[in-house]
Amino acid sequence: MTEVDREKKEKVRIYIMGREYKVPAGLTIMKAMEYAGYRFVRSSGCRGGFCGACATIYRVKGDYKLRMALACQETVADGMYISQIPFTPAEKPIYNLEELSPSANVFLEYYPEIAKCVSCNTCTKACPQDLEVMDYVQAALRGDLQEVASLSFDCITCGLCATRCPAEIVPYNIALLARRLYGKYVMPKAKHVEERIKEIESGKFNEELQKLMQTSVDNLKGIYEKREIEPE
Amino acid sequence: MVKIPYYPGCAVQTTARNYSISGIAVAKKLGIELVELPKWNCCGVFPSLATDDLMRHLAPIRNLIHVQEMNENGIVQNENRIITFCSMCYHTLKEVNLFLKDAEKMEKINAFLEREKEFVGGVKEGYRGGVEALDFLEVLRDMVGYDRIAKEVKKPLKGLKVTPYYGCLVLRPREIGIDDPENPTVLEDILEALGAEAIDNPNRTQCCGSYHTVDRKDIVAKLTYDNLIYPIRNGAEVIVTCCPLCTFNLDHRQKEAIKLHRDLKETPVMYYTQLMAVAFGLDKQFWGVDLGLHYVDPKPLLEAKNLY
Repeated sequence: MTEVDREKKEKVRIYIMGREYKVPAGLTIMKAMEYAGYRFVRSSGCRGGFCGACATIYRVKGDYKLRMALACQETVADGMYISQIPFTPAEKPIYNLEELSPSANVFLEYYPEIAKCVSCNTCTKACPQDLEVMDYVQAALRGDLQEVASLSFDCITCGLCATRCPAEIVPYNIALLARRLYGKYVMPKAKHVEERIKEIESGKFNEELQKLMQTSVDNLKGIYEKREIEPE
Repeated sequence: MVKIPYYPGCAVQTTARNYSISGIAVAKKLGIELVELPKWNCCGVFPSLATDDLMRHLAPIRNLIHVQEMNENGIVQNENRIITFCSMCYHTLKEVNLFLKDAEKMEKINAFLEREKEFVGGVKEGYRGGVEALDFLEVLRDMVGYDRIAKEVKKPLKGLKVTPYYGCLVLRPREIGIDDPENPTVLEDILEALGAEAIDNPNRTQCCGSYHTVDRKDIVAKLTYDNLIYPIRNGAEVIVTCCPLCTFNLDHRQKEAIKLHRDLKETPVMYYTQLMAVAFGLDKQFWGVDLGLHYVDPKPLLEAKNLY
């Protein structure tokens, strides 16, 4: 029996919300749940580790540690107790980016709870993206916009850090504000985008667009299939 | 040039940039290179007074662990000292070592940190103890010495009447304090070395009002008046401070204090490091007076004394 065959035959015991199932080893948590008969209407999105919809908490039998993962990325293990977190109820203040400035105080103004951070690093432990979450919360506390933006760049807002924070901080929303401010006020403007906007406004593409709008759906499908795809 | 780890803290990176800019330049002039921790977090703001509240001591411990890492990575050599400018940071970093004298607490904290080895962004080793926090005032007094400071003076602050204000965090409690908690002299001694005239302030170790400044400006305005009126009546032209929070209260709350007491004369507040930068004849960019951080602008006074 080859290694692949053995893996196909081998089953592991998992517990989905407490109920026991035997599923093939080597599946991701998400596929294992589907194998067990669950159909995802929430807690599932891109299935590629990019969207952050499938936040999951689990514990393995005999281990006291609570672990966090993305269901579409983590492989099932024997004795896993699994539960999904489809949504994190989190504080999300409304702000108008046009009226904000990239100042040191902007984070404390909209997210004053960051001052309660005790540097326990629990958020970092929870992050399935391996981000240094506490370090960017700390950078926000001292108003270091660039540091927050760069440390949080790979955040997919799965919400797990916020569910674990003993100070009830919502790190990913703070990071989002940082990246918005950084993009709007600090980063150099992309020249080609400005030029392209001018082209669009001057009507350069109107004719082509009109032509596409009058094309039948079948023809459109043909055009779509033959479209130029970005080089690998 | 001796390299010593340096912990900035949030205030000296933002509202008190004039403190760190002048302080780092002054240290360099005196042969000390302050090497900022490659990674640091909040100092912890104030030591938790509950003895079982271990989690609230993690912040300062984490910073002390980063000093260990600096030694391991060869950024500094056998250097177990960490220098701060901010009194709050000094206080918290210093206190945590006293707290950890209890071996059981040290063990518990390190057991908690043990798990961090497993993930990106965690510390790779617990705290071994023995990293000593130093306030920059201690460095000037004990490592550098007043004679050396006097030697660096290019423009003596002759005729400048300065009154020191210490606040509480570098003095109390006694186990943490860098000087006599009732009758400190380190700021006066530095001023003397710079050639300035120190004006006595009986309230120099009183409370500045601390964080009441956020939501009870009236309390802080009253304290600011009480803390400043005697030395100002006795001719003080500038107040010299060592703590960003005291400085904010004594400087910015003059606005409210003057509304309560018309006899208070607007008086600039400066960090001792700024006056040192002036007296050492350092480039003006290191004085930190042009950053828009002072409520009462010290430049007219410096101009009047032919120092600017």
